[in-house]
Amino acid sequence: MHAQSGGNLIRTSFRLGPVEFKNRVLVASGTFGYGDECVSAVDVNRLGGIVTKSLSLKPREGNPPPRIVETTGGMLNSIGLANIGVHRFVSEKLPFLRTVDTAVIANIAASTIEEYCAVLEILEGEEGIDAYEINVSCPNVREGGLNFGTSCPMTAEITKQLRGRTRRPLIIKLTPNVTHISEFARAVEDAGADAVSVMNTLIGMALDVRTRKPVLSTVTGGLSGPAVKPVALAKVYETARAVKIPVIGIGGITNGRDAIEFLLAGALAIQVGTANFVDPAAGIKVADEMKAYCAEQGIADMGSLVGALDARTGVSVLDSWL
Amino acid sequence: MLQTSCPVLSLTAVAENVFLLVLDAPEIAPLVRPGQFLNVRIDETSDPLLRRPFSVYRTEGNRLELLFNVVGRGTHALAEKRKGDRLDVLGPLGVPFTLDDPGFTTAVLVAGGLGVAPMPITTRELLLKGKAVRTFLGARNKGSLVTTHLVQVEIATDDGSEGLRGTVVDLLERAFASGVPARPKIFACGPHPMLKAVAAFAVRFDIPCEVSMEGPMGCGIGICQGCPVELTNPAKKYALMCKDGPTFDARTIRW
Repeated sequence: MHAQSGGNLIRTSFRLGPVEFKNRVLVASGTFGYGDECVSAVDVNRLGGIVTKSLSLKPREGNPPPRIVETTGGMLNSIGLANIGVHRFVSEKLPFLRTVDTAVIANIAASTIEEYCAVLEILEGEEGIDAYEINVSCPNVREGGLNFGTSCPMTAEITKQLRGRTRRPLIIKLTPNVTHISEFARAVEDAGADAVSVMNTLIGMALDVRTRKPVLSTVTGGLSGPAVKPVALAKVYETARAVKIPVIGIGGITNGRDAIEFLLAGALAIQVGTANFVDPAAGIKVADEMKAYCAEQGIADMGSLVGALDARTGVSVLDSWL
Repeated sequence: MLQTSCPVLSLTAVAENVFLLVLDAPEIAPLVRPGQFLNVRIDETSDPLLRRPFSVYRTEGNRLELLFNVVGRGTHALAEKRKGDRLDVLGPLGVPFTLDDPGFTTAVLVAGGLGVAPMPITTRELLLKGKAVRTFLGARNKGSLVTTHLVQVEIATDDGSEGLRGTVVDLLERAFASGVPARPKIFACGPHPMLKAVAAFAVRFDIPCEVSMEGPMGCGIGICQGCPVELTNPAKKYALMCKDGPTFDARTIRW
């Protein structure tokens, strides 16, 4: 899609396999429901894509309260993948998603490899899904609750199994809670993934000093929001230099400037997550601001920014600070 | 649900650590039903990051009135606002109190602390519907009481500086001992332990009871799934405080 801005045509679109995305801003899984909840406040057709809440084979009630706590510049969550399950998603949510003029990416979560495959196979039989994003940051019930996503062989195995079952683009959402995220990115690239999303939340914790108790019912949770942006940017940079498949940048993006930073660090596209909780229209605002940046900089194709950082010298600290 | 930028018309201290914020909100104000809330962005920075939920205290034409006390970073920053500052407001949100219910003729409003916030707008609507209203307020002390725009008010304070020395539930017990109002229904708002006690009181007297719950929320519109409320329903373990509430039939809550 070409958008008129500042007298120039700016190309904002990109492709992932057969799927054309009208712009480089997607809304992250778990931060936009199933796409239908925000409709009264947001024109979802102006987004590049919607990533659904994680879908599991059976409905999940989620964790006991408290599930969220605000931290400095961010929030911790421990939702526990509460969702309506893939069957109700297909019957109740997909009909609406088929009517929207934006890409729909189904996010899948599971506690066994068989469950990942089962959810994907159900969705394979349905029209209206453009791609899959796989949440590997889930406890593996067969391995005593160890997170799939922190085991490189398990992450690769999930990718391989799913690759054999779909021709739709397969995006693996990587966790940053590992020593070298790029090793995981390489492993899923070798196993047939079409792209990686970097990154899921960082493990974090908050305590109440009065009661001496953890704030979250699960003790630890996932940290997101502006506080994690520098970490996410470094993970995207590390990953983009290690693999040939595209990287989708996620982590604390709240405005167009943040998003451009991720493109420069090597992200083909970005996802807006926690910012949607603060402003349901955050994704659209980010997309508009990215376009305005391109107009201001005389950039005709936003794609020319991907990986275009100048890593030779640092920026003057004084300039960026003051 | 609307998202609008609302100018502050006034911010005044109305009791000890209790502030009344008046916004000019011509789009939102006429839509608000008693018991609904607003999710307010305190400022445009990322700290505090999340919006803060507030019950609507009153509406008057385009005026939207909120009552709050300073308990943390968000409300501290809110108390610094000046006339003319703008606030990004999402609302009206949540399920209102069920005031149309023909099964009651006397509304028994029960509020603890800042739980008084939704009572004036509720009172006005109840009176318009021809219901009798009795109001039971509990507060820490005389100085923290807010009694305006309420009717038939009875008071309990923790220190006895006004009304009965004790809790608002003690006050209810005493009032009902001397006569149960005709076909009553309780509408309660306040801290969780107080609501739990009111819910138990309602069960004991076999009175219908709706509670308006308060607690931390993320988005306020059901997206983040951050505000679960545990239900007694075996088929549905959690409701969301923001979207399925904040008002609930007290019998549906697992206290």
